[in-house]
Amino acid sequence: MTTATITPPTSGAQEPTGALSNLRWLLSDTATLTRRNLLAVTRIPEALFFSTVQPIMFVLLFRYVFGGAIHVPGGLSYVDYLMPGIFVQTVAFGSVSTSIGLAEDLQKGLIERFRALPMSRGAVLLGRTTADLIRNVFVIVVMTVVGLLVGFRPTTGALSYIAAVLLILFFAYALSWGFAIVGLSAPNSETAQVMSFPLIFPLTFISAAFVPLASMPSWLRGFATYQPFSVTVSACRSLMVGAASTGTGRSTAFWVWQSLAWIVVLLIVFIPLAIRKYRTRT
Amino acid sequence: MTIAIEVDDLHKTFKGKREVRALDGVSFAVQEGTVFGLLGPNGSGKTTAVRVLTTILRADSGSAKVLGYDVQKKAALVRTLIGLAGQYAAVDENLTGRENLQMVGNLNHLPRAVVTDRAVELLAQFNLSDAADRPLKTYSGGMRRRLDLAAALVARPTVLFLDEPTTGLDPQSRNDLWEVIERLVGGGTTVLLTTQYLEEADRLASTLAVIDRGKVIAEGTPASMKADLGATVLEVGLASIDDAARTGSILDALGPHAALVNGTVVEVTVDDGPQAAMAALRALDAEGIAPQAFNLREPSLDDVFLSLTGHRTEDESPEDPDGGLSPRQKRKQKRVQTLEGALPVATGELA
Repeated sequence: MTTATITPPTSGAQEPTGALSNLRWLLSDTATLTRRNLLAVTRIPEALFFSTVQPIMFVLLFRYVFGGAIHVPGGLSYVDYLMPGIFVQTVAFGSVSTSIGLAEDLQKGLIERFRALPMSRGAVLLGRTTADLIRNVFVIVVMTVVGLLVGFRPTTGALSYIAAVLLILFFAYALSWGFAIVGLSAPNSETAQVMSFPLIFPLTFISAAFVPLASMPSWLRGFATYQPFSVTVSACRSLMVGAASTGTGRSTAFWVWQSLAWIVVLLIVFIPLAIRKYRTRT
Repeated sequence: MTIAIEVDDLHKTFKGKREVRALDGVSFAVQEGTVFGLLGPNGSGKTTAVRVLTTILRADSGSAKVLGYDVQKKAALVRTLIGLAGQYAAVDENLTGRENLQMVGNLNHLPRAVVTDRAVELLAQFNLSDAADRPLKTYSGGMRRRLDLAAALVARPTVLFLDEPTTGLDPQSRNDLWEVIERLVGGGTTVLLTTQYLEEADRLASTLAVIDRGKVIAEGTPASMKADLGATVLEVGLASIDDAARTGSILDALGPHAALVNGTVVEVTVDDGPQAAMAALRALDAEGIAPQAFNLREPSLDDVFLSLTGHRTEDESPEDPDGGLSPRQKRKQKRVQTLEGALPVATGELA
């Protein structure tokens, strides 16, 4: 062991006072934890690698195996129909990492340490969801490249494409808060993952993501058309390859507003629930 | 002297499938600049008391004050004055040692330059400079605990809480950590230490409280407790249960403490080990009893408990190791054990 003497401790920390400084600490603590969560992503590159391998396999599967049998509206090629669905599916699956990350921090006792620190209470959840948002930016860039390689050709221009990407990120952010609740309820990270998939699976597959809505039985079509995941896919599809591609006769603006409305509703419901769960979890 | 930690009639019940009274009227006071040991078996309520004092958990009733501030009403202020390390407080596996300390410094809202310097300083003090920029995955169990303690000291806390700081460590790492804690106390920090080991409490703490089933059942200095208890335990193993019963009454007669017969083993606390051992052997020889085993040992926590409560520190059922541990904490415990299992290898790699 060291022979150096331990410095006699005296408190060097500053006590937070006032609303403005509270906000400043919230932002600074969120930045600290976002950085920490992103560092963890770079330290386990395998995790990021495999989380992009899965969507790439979906692209190849639907593009080359199932795609030939699926007839899409508006005389579109299937790959142009598919890719907006894949983007939204990828970030939706990716938002499960919010639940896994939080469950892991709880399990390893890190949140215990955070609770005893004079940091902002909200920074743990904000830092986690922000890190997952940034991670999703990276994933969408990768998936765009993959799409272009397999023949995806957006037709509506750069601005429209960027608007679609922003909408996807906004949607993923709302889902992250939902999965934060799952992560804070799970006893460990493995269970958090297992609990998340039954929630995300029906949303992504009973949807407009892979097959035209017209091909589904009418009792299913209502849900498949207007559930949050589906309207976001339709909005992105309209923004990326034109509104005719949805085969619903609706305009781009209609889907974008539908999607934004869902996102706002999800955030209003999920954020207070997640914060409550964080506070009461012992 | 000033009181640094004051706990008064603290109650906490965990509601679940089964109600667990983790704290059932706990009271104690800790003098500033001393080490106070909270001694008790798993499930006695030690960790719950620490979690209440460190503002992590709200008590159902009673009051807890750190440096005169109520831990519930002045939680934000209390958090700037305390440090927490040990069993459950943790470090981030994916970050390096330096990054962990800097993260804690930033979350303590220390100025950036201070954060950088403080991390370097602590890494040196805890003999972790060489490993500073390696991810924690490569650290041994002892190194992790040292870093955990360093993280608790980043903001130079006035009051330090150490929750079973050495549980699961090998003897060498335990000794290293004890030395660090001793130096720390020399610097004037008030320390509340929880432990399952009488040896640890004896070495580090100037005052002890023994806690059992959420209640403080004894308080005093380690010396006074050992004196009450008798300095050593004489343990005699015999060939048959009959012999054990006879030995029990022979040793009882030697006094002053009552002997305990447990199967073929008889235990008795004695005040003067060697003298008592000789007396016991003579008495047994006179009765024609030949012991199979004959040991003198230091009293353990188990002996303290036995003499204080009349019951042994039960091996709590695995479903309920700490009076309401969450599944997460149970897994944590298991994880720490697994980690320690791998320790010799990891240490060897470092050497």
